[in-house]
Amino acid sequence: MHSDKSSWLIKGLALAGICFLYFPILIILIYAFNTEESAFSFPPKGFTVEWFFKAAERDDIFQAIGFSLQIAAISTLIALLLGSLAALALYRNNFPGKNVFTLILILPIALPGIVTGLSLLSTFKSAGITPGMATITIGHATFCVVIVYNNVVARLRRISFNIVEASYDLGATALQTFWHVILPNLGASLFAGGLLAFALSFDELIVTIFTAGHEPTLPLWLLNQLSRPRDVPITNVVALLVMLLTMLPVLLSYWLTKDR
Amino acid sequence: MMPATAKNRAIASKSGALFNRPRLKLLLLLGLPAVWFLVIYIYPLLHLLSQSFYTFDDFTMTVVREFSLDNIRNLFSPANADIIIRTAAMALAVSVFSAIIAFPVAYYMTRHASGKMQAFLYISVILPMWTSYIVKAYSWTLILSQEGVAYWIIDALGLTGVLNAFLDIPSIGGNTLSTSNLGRFLVFTYIWLPFMILPIQAALQRLSESLLDASSDLGARPFQTFRHVILPLCIPGVIAGSIFTFSLTLGDYIIPQLVGPPGLFIGNMVYVQQGSIGNMPMAAAFTLVPILIIAVYLYFAKRAGAFDAL
Repeated sequence: MHSDKSSWLIKGLALAGICFLYFPILIILIYAFNTEESAFSFPPKGFTVEWFFKAAERDDIFQAIGFSLQIAAISTLIALLLGSLAALALYRNNFPGKNVFTLILILPIALPGIVTGLSLLSTFKSAGITPGMATITIGHATFCVVIVYNNVVARLRRISFNIVEASYDLGATALQTFWHVILPNLGASLFAGGLLAFALSFDELIVTIFTAGHEPTLPLWLLNQLSRPRDVPITNVVALLVMLLTMLPVLLSYWLTKDR
Repeated sequence: MMPATAKNRAIASKSGALFNRPRLKLLLLLGLPAVWFLVIYIYPLLHLLSQSFYTFDDFTMTVVREFSLDNIRNLFSPANADIIIRTAAMALAVSVFSAIIAFPVAYYMTRHASGKMQAFLYISVILPMWTSYIVKAYSWTLILSQEGVAYWIIDALGLTGVLNAFLDIPSIGGNTLSTSNLGRFLVFTYIWLPFMILPIQAALQRLSESLLDASSDLGARPFQTFRHVILPLCIPGVIAGSIFTFSLTLGDYIIPQLVGPPGLFIGNMVYVQQGSIGNMPMAAAFTLVPILIIAVYLYFAKRAGAFDAL
Protein backbone atom coordinates (compact mmCIF):
# COMPACT_ATOMS: atom_id res chain seq x y z
CA MET A 1 0.00 0.00 0.00
CA HIS A 2 2.99 2.33 0.39
CA SER A 3 4.21 4.01 -2.71
CA ASP A 4 8.00 4.10 -2.85
CA LYS A 5 8.27 7.84 -2.93
CA SER A 6 6.17 8.49 0.15
CA SER A 7 7.83 5.73 2.14
CA TRP A 8 11.26 7.22 1.39
CA LEU A 9 9.95 10.61 2.47
CA ILE A 10 8.66 9.18 5.75
CA LYS A 11 11.90 7.31 6.32
CA GLY A 12 13.96 10.41 5.65
CA LEU A 13 11.89 12.59 7.96
CA ALA A 14 11.92 9.94 10.69
CA LEU A 15 15.69 9.57 10.56
CA ALA A 16 16.06 13.35 10.55
CA GLY A 17 13.90 13.45 13.68
CA ILE A 18 16.04 10.83 15.42
CA CYS A 19 19.23 12.70 14.43
CA PHE A 20 17.72 15.88 15.90
CA LEU A 21 17.19 13.99 19.19
CA TYR A 22 20.84 12.94 19.34
CA PHE A 23 22.50 16.09 18.06
CA PRO A 24 22.77 17.92 21.44
CA ILE A 25 23.94 14.69 23.07
CA LEU A 26 26.71 14.39 20.50
CA ILE A 27 27.70 18.01 21.15
CA ILE A 28 28.09 17.32 24.89
CA LEU A 29 30.25 14.33 24.04
CA ILE A 30 32.50 16.41 21.78
CA TYR A 31 32.86 19.39 24.11
CA ALA A 32 33.85 17.26 27.11
CA PHE A 33 37.13 16.59 25.29
CA ASN A 34 37.60 20.15 24.06
CA THR A 35 41.04 21.75 24.71
CA GLU A 36 39.76 25.30 24.91
CA GLU A 37 39.30 26.76 28.36
CA SER A 38 36.54 29.29 28.06
CA ALA A 39 35.14 29.42 24.53
CA PHE A 40 32.46 27.30 22.91
CA SER A 41 33.79 27.77 19.39
CA PHE A 42 33.05 25.10 16.86
CA PRO A 43 34.75 23.09 15.49
CA PRO A 44 36.96 22.43 18.55
CA LYS A 45 40.64 23.29 18.14
CA GLY A 46 41.84 20.07 19.77
CA PHE A 47 40.96 17.16 22.01
CA THR A 48 42.13 16.25 25.51
CA VAL A 49 41.12 14.17 28.51
CA GLU A 50 42.74 16.67 30.87
CA TRP A 51 39.40 18.01 32.18
CA PHE A 52 38.35 14.60 33.43
CA PHE A 53 41.33 14.59 35.78
CA LYS A 54 40.68 18.20 36.80
CA ALA A 55 37.06 17.34 37.55
CA ALA A 56 38.14 14.34 39.61
CA GLU A 57 39.98 16.72 41.97
CA ARG A 58 36.89 18.75 42.71
CA ASP A 59 35.28 17.84 46.03
CA ASP A 60 32.14 19.86 45.32
CA ILE A 61 31.33 17.60 42.37
CA PHE A 62 31.59 14.42 44.43
CA GLN A 63 29.57 16.01 47.18
CA ALA A 64 26.81 16.90 44.72
CA ILE A 65 26.88 13.37 43.27
CA GLY A 66 26.61 12.01 46.81
CA PHE A 67 23.58 14.17 47.60
CA SER A 68 21.84 13.19 44.39
CA LEU A 69 22.52 9.48 44.84
CA GLN A 70 21.23 9.51 48.41
CA ILE A 71 18.09 11.43 47.54
CA ALA A 72 17.41 9.24 44.50
CA ALA A 73 17.95 6.04 46.48
CA ILE A 74 15.64 6.95 49.36
CA SER A 75 12.91 8.46 47.21
CA THR A 76 13.03 5.39 44.97
CA LEU A 77 12.52 3.12 47.99
CA ILE A 78 9.55 5.18 49.17
CA ALA A 79 8.11 5.24 45.64
CA LEU A 80 8.54 1.46 45.34
CA LEU A 81 6.60 0.90 48.54
CA LEU A 82 3.82 3.40 47.84
CA GLY A 83 3.59 2.67 44.12
CA SER A 84 3.29 -1.09 44.50
CA LEU A 85 0.80 -0.76 47.38
CA ALA A 86 -1.32 1.56 45.25
CA ALA A 87 -1.10 -0.78 42.25
CA LEU A 88 -2.11 -3.82 44.31
CA ALA A 89 -4.95 -1.87 45.91
CA LEU A 90 -6.38 -0.81 42.58
CA TYR A 91 -5.83 -4.13 40.86
CA ARG A 92 -9.14 -6.00 40.39
CA ASN A 93 -10.74 -3.77 42.98
CA ASN A 94 -13.55 -1.38 42.43
CA PHE A 95 -14.37 1.16 45.04
CA PRO A 96 -15.90 4.61 45.04
CA GLY A 97 -13.25 7.21 44.39
CA LYS A 98 -11.00 4.88 42.43
CA ASN A 99 -10.78 7.27 39.50
CA VAL A 100 -10.06 10.20 41.79
CA PHE A 101 -7.27 8.22 43.42
CA THR A 102 -5.61 7.37 40.10
CA LEU A 103 -5.93 11.00 39.05
CA ILE A 104 -4.19 12.11 42.26
CA LEU A 105 -1.33 9.68 41.57
CA ILE A 106 -0.82 11.19 38.12
CA LEU A 107 -1.25 14.85 39.12
CA PRO A 108 2.32 15.42 40.35
CA ILE A 109 3.63 14.75 36.84
CA ALA A 110 0.62 16.07 34.91
CA LEU A 111 0.72 19.48 36.57
CA PRO A 112 3.78 21.65 35.94
CA GLY A 113 6.68 21.15 38.36
CA ILE A 114 6.37 24.70 39.68
CA VAL A 115 2.94 23.83 41.09
CA THR A 116 4.24 20.85 43.05
CA GLY A 117 7.37 22.75 44.03
CA LEU A 118 5.59 25.86 45.23
CA SER A 119 2.87 23.89 47.08
CA LEU A 120 5.52 22.02 49.02
CA LEU A 121 7.55 25.16 49.66
CA SER A 122 4.59 27.14 50.98
CA THR A 123 3.53 24.24 53.21
CA PHE A 124 7.03 23.64 54.56
CA LYS A 125 7.38 27.36 55.22
CA SER A 126 4.14 27.67 57.14
CA ALA A 127 4.88 24.47 59.08
CA GLY A 128 8.31 25.81 60.00
CA ILE A 129 10.16 22.92 58.35
CA THR A 130 13.70 23.79 57.24
CA PRO A 131 14.34 22.77 53.66
CA GLY A 132 17.05 20.19 53.17
CA MET A 133 17.71 16.66 52.01
CA ALA A 134 14.51 15.40 53.65
CA THR A 135 12.24 17.92 51.94
CA ILE A 136 13.85 17.25 48.54
CA THR A 137 13.42 13.50 49.06
CA ILE A 138 9.75 13.84 50.03
CA GLY A 139 9.05 15.86 46.90
CA HIS A 140 10.89 13.41 44.65
CA ALA A 141 9.22 10.37 46.16
CA THR A 142 5.80 11.90 45.49
CA PHE A 143 6.23 12.27 41.74
CA CYS A 144 8.14 8.97 41.43
CA VAL A 145 5.21 6.92 42.80
CA VAL A 146 3.32 7.03 39.52
CA ILE A 147 6.33 5.62 37.62
CA VAL A 148 6.45 2.54 39.84
CA TYR A 149 2.66 2.33 39.88
CA ASN A 150 2.49 2.28 36.05
CA ASN A 151 5.09 -0.46 35.79
CA VAL A 152 3.46 -2.66 38.40
CA VAL A 153 -0.07 -2.17 37.04
CA ALA A 154 1.11 -3.08 33.54
CA ARG A 155 2.63 -6.28 34.91
CA LEU A 156 -0.36 -7.16 37.13
CA ARG A 157 -2.66 -6.94 34.12
CA ARG A 158 -0.65 -9.71 32.50
CA ILE A 159 -0.57 -12.06 35.47
CA SER A 160 -3.37 -14.52 35.02
CA PHE A 161 -5.67 -14.36 38.03
CA ASN A 162 -6.02 -18.15 37.78
CA ILE A 163 -2.66 -18.68 39.45
CA VAL A 164 -3.76 -16.53 42.38
CA GLU A 165 -6.98 -18.51 42.71
CA ALA A 166 -5.05 -21.76 42.36
CA SER A 167 -2.80 -20.66 45.20
CA TYR A 168 -5.80 -20.02 47.44
CA ASP A 169 -7.42 -23.30 46.40
CA LEU A 170 -4.28 -25.15 47.43
CA GLY A 171 -4.64 -23.64 50.88
CA ALA A 172 -2.12 -20.80 50.74
CA THR A 173 -2.81 -17.79 52.92
CA ALA A 174 -3.16 -14.32 51.47
CA LEU A 175 0.36 -13.45 52.61
CA GLN A 176 1.78 -16.73 51.30
CA THR A 177 0.09 -16.09 47.98
CA PHE A 178 1.51 -12.62 47.86
CA TRP A 179 5.00 -13.75 48.84
CA HIS A 180 5.25 -16.89 46.68
CA VAL A 181 3.01 -16.14 43.72
CA ILE A 182 2.47 -12.44 43.15
CA LEU A 183 5.80 -10.96 44.25
CA PRO A 184 8.03 -13.25 42.11
CA ASN A 185 5.92 -12.23 39.15
CA LEU A 186 6.37 -8.55 39.97
CA GLY A 187 10.12 -8.67 40.55
CA ALA A 188 11.31 -7.44 37.17
CA SER A 189 8.66 -4.75 36.88
CA LEU A 190 9.43 -3.46 40.38
CA PHE A 191 13.10 -3.29 39.52
CA ALA A 192 12.40 -1.60 36.18
CA GLY A 193 10.05 0.92 37.78
CA GLY A 194 12.57 1.56 40.52
CA LEU A 195 15.30 2.26 37.98
CA LEU A 196 13.14 4.78 36.14
CA ALA A 197 12.14 6.44 39.42
CA PHE A 198 15.83 6.61 40.31
CA ALA A 199 16.70 8.23 36.97
CA LEU A 200 13.84 10.70 37.32
CA SER A 201 14.86 11.74 40.82
CA PHE A 202 18.58 11.87 40.03
CA ASP A 203 17.88 14.36 37.28
CA GLU A 204 15.04 16.47 38.71
CA LEU A 205 15.54 20.20 38.90
CA ILE A 206 12.27 22.17 38.83
CA VAL A 207 10.73 20.83 42.05
CA THR A 208 14.15 20.48 43.67
CA ILE A 209 14.89 24.20 43.45
CA PHE A 210 11.82 24.94 45.57
CA THR A 211 12.46 22.26 48.16
CA ALA A 212 16.25 22.49 48.49
CA GLY A 213 18.15 24.04 51.34
CA HIS A 214 21.89 24.51 51.01
CA GLU A 215 22.67 21.11 49.57
CA PRO A 216 23.30 21.36 45.86
CA THR A 217 22.15 18.19 44.11
CA LEU A 218 23.97 17.40 40.88
CA PRO A 219 21.44 19.15 38.58
CA LEU A 220 21.48 22.18 40.92
CA TRP A 221 25.27 22.17 40.83
CA LEU A 222 25.13 22.15 37.02
CA LEU A 223 22.61 24.99 36.94
CA ASN A 224 24.83 27.08 39.21
CA GLN A 225 27.81 26.35 36.98
CA LEU A 226 26.10 27.94 34.01
CA SER A 227 26.69 31.36 35.49
CA ARG A 228 30.40 30.59 35.97
CA PRO A 229 32.07 30.85 32.56
CA ARG A 230 35.52 30.06 34.00
CA ASP A 231 34.51 26.53 34.85
CA VAL A 232 33.18 25.63 31.40
CA PRO A 233 35.50 22.65 30.75
CA ILE A 234 34.68 21.08 34.12
CA THR A 235 30.98 21.70 33.53
CA ASN A 236 31.22 19.95 30.18
CA VAL A 237 32.80 16.87 31.73
CA VAL A 238 30.18 16.68 34.49
CA ALA A 239 27.41 17.15 31.92
CA LEU A 240 28.70 14.13 30.01
CA LEU A 241 28.88 12.04 33.19
CA VAL A 242 25.37 13.02 34.30
CA MET A 243 24.06 12.09 30.88
CA LEU A 244 25.67 8.67 30.95
CA LEU A 245 24.52 8.11 34.55
CA THR A 246 20.88 8.75 33.64
CA MET A 247 21.04 6.66 30.46
CA LEU A 248 22.26 3.55 32.25
CA PRO A 249 19.23 2.87 34.47
CA VAL A 250 16.88 3.65 31.57
CA LEU A 251 18.58 1.12 29.29
CA LEU A 252 18.59 -1.47 32.04
CA SER A 253 14.93 -0.86 32.79
CA TYR A 254 14.04 -1.24 29.11
CA TRP A 255 15.97 -4.49 28.90
CA LEU A 256 14.15 -5.85 31.95
CA THR A 257 10.67 -5.17 30.60
CA LYS A 258 11.22 -5.63 26.86
CA ASP A 259 9.16 -8.84 26.62
CA ARG A 260 6.00 -6.98 27.53
CA MET B 1 -0.08 -30.08 70.18
CA MET B 2 -2.09 -29.23 67.18
CA PRO B 3 -1.48 -31.43 64.14
CA ALA B 4 0.16 -29.56 61.28
CA THR B 5 -2.80 -29.78 58.94
CA ALA B 6 -5.16 -28.41 61.54
CA LYS B 7 -2.74 -25.61 62.22
CA ASN B 8 -2.52 -24.81 58.55
CA ARG B 9 -6.27 -24.87 58.33
CA ALA B 10 -6.53 -22.46 61.23
CA ILE B 11 -4.12 -20.05 59.53
CA ALA B 12 -5.90 -20.49 56.26
CA SER B 13 -9.22 -19.62 57.82
CA LYS B 14 -7.68 -16.56 59.42
CA SER B 15 -6.21 -15.38 56.15
CA GLY B 16 -9.38 -16.51 54.47
CA ALA B 17 -11.00 -13.93 56.65
CA LEU B 18 -8.61 -11.40 55.15
CA PHE B 19 -9.35 -12.71 51.71
CA ASN B 20 -13.04 -12.58 52.39
CA ARG B 21 -12.90 -9.13 53.83
CA PRO B 22 -11.99 -7.10 50.74
CA ARG B 23 -12.57 -3.85 52.61
CA LEU B 24 -9.94 -4.62 55.20
CA LYS B 25 -7.50 -5.72 52.52
CA LEU B 26 -8.20 -2.56 50.53
CA LEU B 27 -7.66 -0.42 53.59
CA LEU B 28 -4.34 -2.10 54.38
CA LEU B 29 -3.09 -1.64 50.82
CA LEU B 30 -4.50 1.79 50.17
CA GLY B 31 -3.92 3.36 53.58
CA LEU B 32 -0.27 4.31 53.29
CA PRO B 33 -0.27 5.74 49.76
CA ALA B 34 -3.55 7.56 50.45
CA VAL B 35 -2.22 9.19 53.62
CA TRP B 36 1.06 10.12 51.90
CA PHE B 37 -0.70 11.77 48.98
CA LEU B 38 -3.17 13.57 51.22
CA VAL B 39 -0.45 14.98 53.47
CA ILE B 40 2.34 15.55 50.94
CA TYR B 41 0.37 16.47 47.86
CA ILE B 42 -3.30 17.35 48.27
CA TYR B 43 -2.96 19.38 51.47
CA PRO B 44 -0.01 21.43 50.10
CA LEU B 45 -1.86 21.96 46.83
CA LEU B 46 -4.95 23.29 48.63
CA HIS B 47 -2.73 25.31 50.93
CA LEU B 48 -1.12 26.91 47.90
CA LEU B 49 -4.45 27.60 46.23
CA SER B 50 -5.81 29.22 49.39
CA GLN B 51 -2.73 31.47 49.50
CA SER B 52 -3.70 33.00 46.19
CA PHE B 53 -6.70 34.58 47.89
CA TYR B 54 -4.55 36.35 50.49
CA THR B 55 -2.77 39.58 49.74
CA PHE B 56 0.72 40.88 50.19
CA ASP B 57 1.36 44.18 51.86
CA ASP B 58 4.11 45.92 49.85
CA PHE B 59 4.72 48.29 52.71
CA THR B 60 5.26 45.87 55.58
CA MET B 61 6.38 43.06 53.26
CA THR B 62 4.09 40.58 54.95
CA VAL B 63 1.20 38.38 53.88
CA VAL B 64 -2.23 39.63 54.91
CA ARG B 65 -4.48 36.68 55.70
CA GLU B 66 -7.74 38.14 54.50
CA PHE B 67 -9.81 36.83 51.64
CA SER B 68 -9.44 38.98 48.57
CA LEU B 69 -9.63 38.63 44.82
CA ASP B 70 -6.97 41.28 44.24
CA ASN B 71 -4.36 38.80 43.03
CA ILE B 72 -6.75 37.22 40.58
CA ARG B 73 -7.66 40.66 39.26
CA ASN B 74 -3.98 41.47 39.15
CA LEU B 75 -3.37 38.56 36.78
CA PHE B 76 -5.31 40.48 34.13
CA SER B 77 -3.23 43.64 34.40
CA PRO B 78 -1.52 44.36 31.06
CA ALA B 79 1.96 43.39 32.28
CA ASN B 80 0.82 40.09 33.79
CA ALA B 81 -1.53 39.26 30.93
CA ASP B 82 1.50 39.72 28.65
CA ILE B 83 3.40 37.09 30.60
CA ILE B 84 0.51 34.65 30.43
CA ILE B 85 -0.04 35.16 26.70
CA ARG B 86 3.69 34.91 25.96
CA THR B 87 3.91 31.58 27.83
CA ALA B 88 0.70 30.13 26.41
CA ALA B 89 1.66 31.14 22.85
CA MET B 90 5.03 29.41 23.24
CA ALA B 91 3.35 26.30 24.68
CA LEU B 92 0.96 26.20 21.73
CA ALA B 93 3.68 26.74 19.12
CA VAL B 94 5.88 24.07 20.72
CA SER B 95 2.99 21.57 20.83
CA VAL B 96 2.04 22.10 17.19
CA PHE B 97 5.59 21.96 15.88
CA SER B 98 6.60 18.94 17.93
CA ALA B 99 3.51 17.09 16.67
CA ILE B 100 4.64 17.83 13.10
CA ILE B 101 8.16 16.51 13.75
CA ALA B 102 6.93 13.61 15.87
CA PHE B 103 4.46 12.20 13.37
CA PRO B 104 6.89 10.83 10.75
CA VAL B 105 9.08 9.36 13.49
CA ALA B 106 6.12 7.62 15.15
CA TYR B 107 4.72 6.56 11.80
CA TYR B 108 7.97 5.06 10.64
CA MET B 109 8.43 3.29 13.99
CA THR B 110 5.08 1.55 13.83
CA ARG B 111 4.31 1.03 10.15
CA HIS B 112 7.62 0.62 8.36
CA ALA B 113 10.23 -0.69 10.75
CA SER B 114 10.62 -4.43 11.37
CA GLY B 115 10.73 -5.97 14.87
CA LYS B 116 14.39 -5.38 15.72
CA MET B 117 14.45 -1.95 14.10
CA GLN B 118 11.27 -1.04 15.96
CA ALA B 119 12.87 -1.88 19.31
CA PHE B 120 15.97 0.06 18.34
CA LEU B 121 13.94 3.13 17.37
CA TYR B 122 11.93 2.89 20.59
CA ILE B 123 15.12 2.99 22.66
CA SER B 124 16.38 5.83 20.45
CA VAL B 125 13.37 7.86 21.53
CA ILE B 126 13.23 6.99 25.24
CA LEU B 127 16.95 7.54 25.85
CA PRO B 128 17.01 11.26 25.00
CA MET B 129 13.66 11.63 26.77
CA TRP B 130 15.13 10.41 30.06
CA THR B 131 18.53 12.03 29.61
CA SER B 132 19.20 14.84 32.04
CA TYR B 133 17.03 17.89 31.37
CA ILE B 134 19.61 20.40 32.52
CA VAL B 135 22.34 18.79 30.41
CA LYS B 136 20.15 18.99 27.31
CA ALA B 137 19.31 22.63 28.02
CA TYR B 138 22.99 23.34 28.63
CA SER B 139 23.95 21.66 25.38
CA TRP B 140 21.64 24.02 23.52
CA THR B 141 23.31 27.06 25.05
CA LEU B 142 26.56 25.68 23.57
CA ILE B 143 24.92 24.99 20.19
CA LEU B 144 23.24 28.38 19.85
CA SER B 145 26.13 30.52 21.13
CA GLN B 146 27.66 32.88 18.60
CA GLU B 147 30.73 30.78 17.90
CA GLY B 148 28.77 27.57 18.29
CA VAL B 149 27.69 24.75 16.02
CA ALA B 150 24.45 26.30 14.80
CA TYR B 151 26.17 29.37 13.37
CA TRP B 152 28.94 27.20 11.98
CA ILE B 153 26.52 24.95 10.12
CA ILE B 154 24.42 27.86 8.87
CA ASP B 155 27.57 29.59 7.67
CA ALA B 156 28.88 26.43 6.00
CA LEU B 157 25.58 26.04 4.14
CA GLY B 158 25.67 29.69 3.11
CA LEU B 159 22.39 30.39 4.87
CA THR B 160 23.50 33.34 6.99
CA GLY B 161 21.26 35.65 4.97
CA VAL B 162 18.24 33.43 5.60
CA LEU B 163 18.96 33.30 9.33
CA ASN B 164 19.29 37.07 9.54
CA ALA B 165 16.01 37.49 7.70
CA PHE B 166 14.40 35.20 10.29
CA LEU B 167 16.01 37.03 13.19
CA ASP B 168 14.69 40.32 11.82
CA ILE B 169 11.07 39.18 12.14
CA PRO B 170 9.65 40.92 15.19
CA SER B 171 8.51 38.66 18.09
CA ILE B 172 10.24 35.64 16.55
CA GLY B 173 13.74 37.00 16.05
CA GLY B 174 16.25 38.83 18.15
CA ASN B 175 19.88 39.93 18.01
CA THR B 176 21.31 36.42 18.00
CA LEU B 177 19.94 32.89 17.96
CA SER B 178 20.47 32.45 21.67
CA THR B 179 18.61 35.63 22.55
CA SER B 180 15.73 35.07 20.13
CA ASN B 181 12.34 33.49 20.61
CA LEU B 182 13.27 31.25 17.69
CA GLY B 183 16.15 29.81 19.74
CA ARG B 184 13.97 29.34 22.82
CA PHE B 185 11.30 27.66 20.70
CA LEU B 186 13.89 25.25 19.27
CA VAL B 187 15.10 24.27 22.73
CA PHE B 188 11.57 23.70 24.07
CA THR B 189 10.60 21.68 21.00
CA TYR B 190 13.71 19.56 21.30
CA ILE B 191 13.32 18.84 24.99
CA TRP B 192 9.64 17.84 24.89
CA LEU B 193 9.66 16.09 21.49
CA PRO B 194 9.90 12.50 22.83
CA PHE B 195 6.82 13.15 24.98
CA MET B 196 4.94 13.72 21.73
CA ILE B 197 6.43 10.83 19.75
CA LEU B 198 5.50 8.08 22.21
CA PRO B 199 1.73 8.74 22.52
CA ILE B 200 1.41 9.12 18.72
CA GLN B 201 3.31 5.87 18.31
CA ALA B 202 0.95 4.19 20.81
CA ALA B 203 -2.09 5.48 18.89
CA LEU B 204 -0.69 4.24 15.57
CA GLN B 205 0.14 0.89 17.09
CA ARG B 206 -3.52 0.30 17.90
CA LEU B 207 -4.55 1.07 14.35
CA SER B 208 -5.59 -2.26 12.93
CA GLU B 209 -4.24 -3.39 9.58
CA SER B 210 -7.73 -4.45 8.48
CA LEU B 211 -8.92 -0.83 8.57
CA LEU B 212 -6.20 0.11 6.11
CA ASP B 213 -6.99 -2.89 3.92
CA ALA B 214 -10.66 -1.96 3.99
CA SER B 215 -9.81 1.55 2.93
CA SER B 216 -7.72 0.42 -0.02
CA ASP B 217 -10.25 -2.29 -0.94
CA LEU B 218 -12.87 0.41 -1.16
CA GLY B 219 -10.67 2.12 -3.69
CA ALA B 220 -8.88 4.76 -1.64
CA ARG B 221 -5.47 5.75 -2.92
CA PRO B 222 -2.63 5.57 -0.33
CA PHE B 223 -2.80 9.30 0.26
CA GLN B 224 -6.56 9.17 0.78
CA THR B 225 -6.16 6.34 3.31
CA PHE B 226 -3.53 8.40 5.05
CA ARG B 227 -5.62 11.54 5.05
CA HIS B 228 -8.98 10.02 5.98
CA VAL B 229 -8.09 6.95 8.08
CA ILE B 230 -4.62 7.17 9.60
CA LEU B 231 -4.50 10.87 10.42
CA PRO B 232 -7.87 11.09 12.23
CA LEU B 233 -7.12 7.96 14.23
CA CYS B 234 -3.84 9.33 15.57
CA ILE B 235 -5.44 12.55 16.84
CA PRO B 236 -5.97 11.13 20.38
CA GLY B 237 -2.23 10.40 20.45
CA VAL B 238 -1.44 13.97 19.42
CA ILE B 239 -3.75 15.31 22.13
CA ALA B 240 -2.20 13.02 24.76
CA GLY B 241 1.27 14.15 23.72
CA SER B 242 0.27 17.79 23.74
CA ILE B 243 -0.84 17.47 27.37
CA PHE B 244 2.81 16.91 28.17
CA THR B 245 4.31 19.46 25.78
CA PHE B 246 1.79 22.07 26.90
CA SER B 247 2.02 21.43 30.62
CA LEU B 248 5.80 21.17 30.63
CA THR B 249 6.27 24.38 28.64
CA LEU B 250 3.74 26.28 30.77
CA GLY B 251 5.59 25.47 33.96
CA ASP B 252 9.18 25.73 32.85
CA TYR B 253 11.38 28.50 34.20
CA ILE B 254 14.88 27.23 33.47
CA ILE B 255 14.91 27.34 29.66
CA PRO B 256 13.51 30.92 29.53
CA GLN B 257 16.41 31.93 31.78
CA LEU B 258 19.02 30.26 29.61
CA VAL B 259 17.82 30.98 26.07
CA GLY B 260 15.75 33.71 24.50
CA PRO B 261 14.91 37.37 24.89
CA PRO B 262 14.19 39.09 28.20
CA GLY B 263 10.55 38.98 29.25
CA LEU B 264 9.33 36.60 31.91
CA PHE B 265 7.43 33.33 31.58
CA ILE B 266 4.76 32.23 34.10
CA GLY B 267 7.32 29.99 35.79
CA ASN B 268 9.87 32.80 36.13
CA MET B 269 7.20 35.09 37.54
CA VAL B 270 6.25 32.47 40.14
CA TYR B 271 9.89 32.02 41.03
CA VAL B 272 10.62 35.74 41.30
CA GLN B 273 7.46 36.53 43.26
CA GLN B 274 7.98 33.90 45.92
CA GLY B 275 11.76 34.25 46.06
CA SER B 276 13.26 37.71 45.96
CA ILE B 277 9.99 39.55 46.61
CA GLY B 278 8.47 37.09 49.06
CA ASN B 279 4.98 37.60 47.69
CA MET B 280 3.71 34.05 48.06
CA PRO B 281 0.05 35.01 47.38
CA MET B 282 0.87 36.47 43.97
CA ALA B 283 3.12 33.51 43.13
CA ALA B 284 0.25 31.20 44.11
CA ALA B 285 -2.17 33.18 41.93
CA PHE B 286 0.17 32.71 38.97
CA THR B 287 0.20 28.94 39.44
CA LEU B 288 -3.59 29.02 39.02
CA VAL B 289 -3.07 29.81 35.34
CA PRO B 290 -1.32 26.57 34.33
CA ILE B 291 -3.58 24.57 36.67
CA LEU B 292 -6.71 25.98 35.05
CA ILE B 293 -5.39 25.64 31.51
CA ILE B 294 -4.35 22.02 32.14
CA ALA B 295 -7.69 21.23 33.84
CA VAL B 296 -9.70 22.52 30.87
CA TYR B 297 -7.32 20.76 28.51
CA LEU B 298 -7.60 17.45 30.37
CA TYR B 299 -11.38 17.73 30.31
CA PHE B 300 -11.50 18.11 26.54
CA ALA B 301 -8.72 15.58 26.04
CA LYS B 302 -10.70 13.03 27.98
CA ARG B 303 -13.74 13.67 25.82
CA ALA B 304 -11.58 13.17 22.72
CA GLY B 305 -10.45 9.80 24.07
CA ALA B 306 -6.84 10.86 24.49
CA PHE B 307 -6.33 8.91 27.71
CA ASP B 308 -6.52 5.60 25.92
CA ALA B 309 -3.34 6.68 24.16
CA LEU B 310 -1.33 7.30 27.31
